[in-house]
Amino acid sequence: MSVLVVIECANGEVKKSSLEAASYGSKVASTLGTTATAVAIGDVQANALTSLGEQGITKVLLDNDSRLTNFVGAAYVKVIAAAAQQENSSVIIASNSNIGAAIGSRLAVQLGASLATNVVAYPEISGSSFKVRRGVFSGKAFSDVELTSDKKIILVKKNAVDIETSAGATANVENFSASLTDADFAAAPKETIKQSGDILLTEADLVVSGGRGLKGPENWHLIEDLAKALGAATACSKPVADVGWRPHHEHVGQTGITVSPNLYIAVGISGAIQHLAGVNSSKVIVVINKDPEAPFFKAADYGIVGDATEVVPKLIEAAKALDK
Amino acid sequence: MKFLVCISNVPDTTTKISFTPDGKDFNTAGVQFVINPYDEYALTRAIELKEALGGTVTVLNVGEADAEPNIRKALAIGADDAIRVNIKPTDAFLVSTQIAHYAKEGGYDLILMGRESIDYNGFQVHGMVGELLGIPTIAPAMKLDINGTTATVEREIEGGKEIIEAALPLVVSAQQPMTEPRIPNMRGIMTARTKPLQVVEAVGQDSKTQVQGYQLPPAKSGVKMIDAENAGDLIKLLRNEAKVL
Ligand SMILES: Cc1cc2nc3c(=O)[nH]c(=O)nc-3n(C[C@H](O)[C@H](O)[C@H](O)COP(=O)(O)OP(=O)(O)OC[C@H]3O[C@@H](n4cnc5c(N)ncnc54)[C@H](O)[C@@H]3O)c2cc1C
Repeated sequence: MSVLVVIECANGEVKKSSLEAASYGSKVASTLGTTATAVAIGDVQANALTSLGEQGITKVLLDNDSRLTNFVGAAYVKVIAAAAQQENSSVIIASNSNIGAAIGSRLAVQLGASLATNVVAYPEISGSSFKVRRGVFSGKAFSDVELTSDKKIILVKKNAVDIETSAGATANVENFSASLTDADFAAAPKETIKQSGDILLTEADLVVSGGRGLKGPENWHLIEDLAKALGAATACSKPVADVGWRPHHEHVGQTGITVSPNLYIAVGISGAIQHLAGVNSSKVIVVINKDPEAPFFKAADYGIVGDATEVVPKLIEAAKALDK
Repeated sequence: MKFLVCISNVPDTTTKISFTPDGKDFNTAGVQFVINPYDEYALTRAIELKEALGGTVTVLNVGEADAEPNIRKALAIGADDAIRVNIKPTDAFLVSTQIAHYAKEGGYDLILMGRESIDYNGFQVHGMVGELLGIPTIAPAMKLDINGTTATVEREIEGGKEIIEAALPLVVSAQQPMTEPRIPNMRGIMTARTKPLQVVEAVGQDSKTQVQGYQLPPAKSGVKMIDAENAGDLIKLLRNEAKVL
């Protein structure tokens, strides 16, 4: 019996959400009286993985088959299933990302495992009972779920747990290889188009978001400049993406991306229930709106009633004056 | 080309969520149910592809009789026939095994559904169905085209997108901006009444999770207002009081 943590990497580095998953996995392992192993796939250097020891991981299995540089569901699942078998893993932990979800549901079928997605807290384990809390109704509620199979797969929501660090501890990195065949790459991407430069919305601790109150794309520099001054990612409401002021991958809400950053600043967004659904698990919410009756103020921790074109420049100035 | 579109019956997006006093069940009193918004993208795209390429669109719902108005709505939008698997959908694995069973029986070329349901937010069913059928799943997809027996799909990845070409059969899960969902017109509503809606029994009922209860998040303690003239003070509060900067 052991705990296996799936590590996602980008640009040769371990993603922050995977550090959270590693912390989560180590804690579950120690509750179960076992150890946590990680499996990392694709384009990452071994030395970026040894520091996972700081999150309590003892061993990392690295499969850096060159065909695995891009995510391919079937192939990734095969590698993880092989790792789970080698390590005799009863609990598998991954991030609640697009990749995590694709892996989790396939593995759940292959292993006959219980799967819980969107998990927001450490499990309650007592005897044979294993219960997790997950976000449901687009962040409007939580549900406590018993995982009834012997094997369990948990996808941890981003920013739901703190990254535990014991400085200096190192993990052993071992090369690992599953016997992949061409058939495993039948649905491999033929082209990948990445945004460059910006901070990834799904990984961000701080988010500055704009709505229809910005009036048009020509005012978007207000959102971008504030985001830049704070080191934040940018987002938008649905109508803004629908009319094409901003790309669809920035649209947050019930039908867009769900975010749970430490700070969410909403500028010129009314706070419709569908928008709130995707952002209301943010730790601190700031609302800037010229309408004092905007519903968003009810969900906010801090608010400013005022015109975005007057308020945001003051914030940018104050943010630039912060010593980082 | 045979399309299968899986739809789920969910509370309208404006629903204020509440639970029964014992916290064990969702309180459906006064709640309007709709076709899951992500599934509407899948349904509309399937109908568009059928119109272009020929074929049939079957909608499938795993659920009880109260889902039938929304199944009829899907028929009114343009699906040809419908299947309802008569069982309470308590768990993603249970739903997936039902879908996979009837999908296999029907021999569909493309199985489409939404990326997740907006009630239980599983983001699991498409992957499970693909695995149960032994075919690839591409999720979440923002664009879908078909050329002969090959699908070209634009898949969202964190921080970008990928273009994937894959042979049918496939499972594809949809999200915006795949297409503009359609609203049923009068003619559609009339013809939907005569389209076949077959109710079938569930095959087994294997679930792997059990909901113990629900909670609402703690209420916010109230908003602290800052005067627009001194907007810069907000940044100081965010650092010194909220400690998020
Ligand atoms: C099925 C369904 C799913 C949906 N999913 C989503 C979703 O995922 N995400 C989402 O965001 N929406 C979603 N919506 C849409 C949602 O209902 C709202 O229409 C949308 O969130 C409104 O966006 P907004 O606040 O930017 O625009 P508006 O509602 O137009 O609000 C603009 C706000 O800006 C303020 N304002 C105007 N000028 C200024 C100024 N100069 N300075 C400061 N403030 C100003 C106004 O007072 C107003 O409050 C969905 C709707 C449906 C039906």
